[in-house]
Amino acid sequence: MSIDADQAAGSRSGGDPFSAEARETTEGRVYTVTGGDWDDFLDDADREERVVINLGPQHPSTHGVLRLVLELEGERVTKARSVIGYLHTGIEKNTEYRTWTQGVTFVTRMDYLAPLYNEAAYCMGVEKLLGISAPKRAETIRVLLMELNRISSHLVFLATGAMELGSTTGMTYGFRDREEVLHLLEFLTGLRMNHAFIRPGGVAQDLPENHREKILEFCKVMDSRLTDYDKLFSGQPIWKQRLQGVGHLPLDACLALGTSGPILRSAGLGWDLRKIQPYCGYEEYDFEVPTSTDADCFARFLLRVEEIRQSLRIVRQCVDKLESGPVMVEDPKIAWPAQLTVGPDGMGNSLEHVRKIMGQSMESLIHHFKLVTEGFDVPPGQVYVPVEAPRGELGYHMVSDGGTRPMRVHVRDPSFVNLQAFPAMAEGGLVADVIAVVASIDPVMGGVDR
Amino acid sequence: MSGEQASGGLPETAAEHTGPDTEEREVVAGRPRKGMFGVTGTGDTSGYGGLRLPAYVPPAAERPFGGWFDEVADGLFEGMNNRGVPPEAVLRITVDREEITFYVDPEYLVEICRIFRDEQRLRFEFCSSVSGVDYGPEVPRRLHSVYHLTSMTYRRRIRVEVAVDAEEPRVPSVVEVYPTADFQEREAWDMFGIVYEGHPGLTRILMPDDWHGHPQRKDYPLGGIPVEYQGAEVPPPDQRRSYT
Repeated sequence: MSIDADQAAGSRSGGDPFSAEARETTEGRVYTVTGGDWDDFLDDADREERVVINLGPQHPSTHGVLRLVLELEGERVTKARSVIGYLHTGIEKNTEYRTWTQGVTFVTRMDYLAPLYNEAAYCMGVEKLLGISAPKRAETIRVLLMELNRISSHLVFLATGAMELGSTTGMTYGFRDREEVLHLLEFLTGLRMNHAFIRPGGVAQDLPENHREKILEFCKVMDSRLTDYDKLFSGQPIWKQRLQGVGHLPLDACLALGTSGPILRSAGLGWDLRKIQPYCGYEEYDFEVPTSTDADCFARFLLRVEEIRQSLRIVRQCVDKLESGPVMVEDPKIAWPAQLTVGPDGMGNSLEHVRKIMGQSMESLIHHFKLVTEGFDVPPGQVYVPVEAPRGELGYHMVSDGGTRPMRVHVRDPSFVNLQAFPAMAEGGLVADVIAVVASIDPVMGGVDR
Repeated sequence: MSGEQASGGLPETAAEHTGPDTEEREVVAGRPRKGMFGVTGTGDTSGYGGLRLPAYVPPAAERPFGGWFDEVADGLFEGMNNRGVPPEAVLRITVDREEITFYVDPEYLVEICRIFRDEQRLRFEFCSSVSGVDYGPEVPRRLHSVYHLTSMTYRRRIRVEVAVDAEEPRVPSVVEVYPTADFQEREAWDMFGIVYEGHPGLTRILMPDDWHGHPQRKDYPLGGIPVEYQGAEVPPPDQRRSYT
């Protein structure tokens, strides 16, 4: 570059605005280096110590792909916002292109820590639209599975919450015990997660033999393990210091923000749909709804541990209540044509049924084919079915236009709604408390983003 | 709209409307269907291609609605009377599958929600869910915004619904009455393009900010690619044969 050109560029009016200004002196050429907006930045910094930081979406302490934008003054959070959508998979839209039965395999993947709640609520919605109800045994199995699922979900809350707050022992405890639940669920339903076991009209299959022994054995193991959490956390000074008085959300704020589940109950309102608007025969079970008036993260921790105990109580009652009978409605227009049986290669249709449709009855074959490929019609209308999931009210708003596919399936996911309470809990607190707050909300991003 | 709805000592409702106005205010909650198997033209040898099914219109409920439904409806109309909301603001009341739905005029939605929340006899203090529904391009006022309200005091649930055109999808925001509607209205805007007027920050929530279109509208394609499996090609789900 020639000297003339360089001098021309030196004036800020033309050329590169970020190039250094230069002037000729007796000592030679002197450059004055300035950063693009450095002056503006210094002006800002003089006025306030405001820093905006971005936490996530890839961060081990944000409970999944949750992104938090925090405005800080020193250590104090003055403004907090959550950014979501990183796990949006369009499940609601996908269900509009499948039959009502196939929808189960989609919704079970929403809140992946509470798959059985999604399945149960979805199927209860379809059943309400159809005007049918599942047989007694199927309902008891649903309650049994849901409560086991609540235990595993709360154990993950304990595990991830502990890890986020720096207690890796808590994490190993939580995941170790959750594995016990998943083993049991695998034994009962065939899969650890995303079971698609609960179907419109009942459940896919009866429980395997020796389920009673396995479940009771599990309850015994959990009884002994639960004391570990009290020993490790409940009285521990560090744990208490991190959680007590943190993330305060009073009852009126809970109602305004639509918060439900353990957060609402930690504010003093014993609102549990299992008691308030019982479904699946919950009114026949003996259990308590723990509440607290502290409205802080520590209360939410204690409530969840207590809820695990109550769930174990319900599981034991389920085992005794299981009475023999069908696990699927009798109506052959809705129930799958053949009960599944386990063949040497895993799951399969019963040979007896295959022999019948292939060799004896063409009508049965047509019926089987139409029900499996086309699905069943659901009369037009809409329903809203809420259940008490581990995180709060899980509601399914389902619309049918009379076809074999849903017109619309909307999921009111408790994580999604509860996450709105995050700014109210976090603002005014310290940065470190943000992590405790998010852990106490326990959002599952699969459910938030759907 | 039938005239029975106004019976039971209620003030006269929208039942008074006749002629084209009634047509305009009719709530359609389903799409008309024709044919079967998604086959048109000469490909159809079954004869089912000629089937014609009209769109579903939820029938207006008649008094008495049964249970606590009448009490809620009475409370609503009394509250509307006290606050100067014309009774025509409730377009239709339906009772279906033990659930009561109030189809209301979008103009009065916020005031009606406030009545539901604040009236002593109603006390729907908890807004459970806000969801958008799109009934498809051939349906008049195809976009619906559905509110599920819960009364924790009386342990009741109701549904409030408004319907708007896809060309002019404007619904007043209920965030000032139910702050919990914030995220849920943003989701309905994102997915259905319903504009909630008065919302404090109506931005996309699940899709990226620069996304075009509203994915859960019926005329927005599902997307997907054909998959080859054991020599056969399986088309994407939205192009497979549809049986309705």
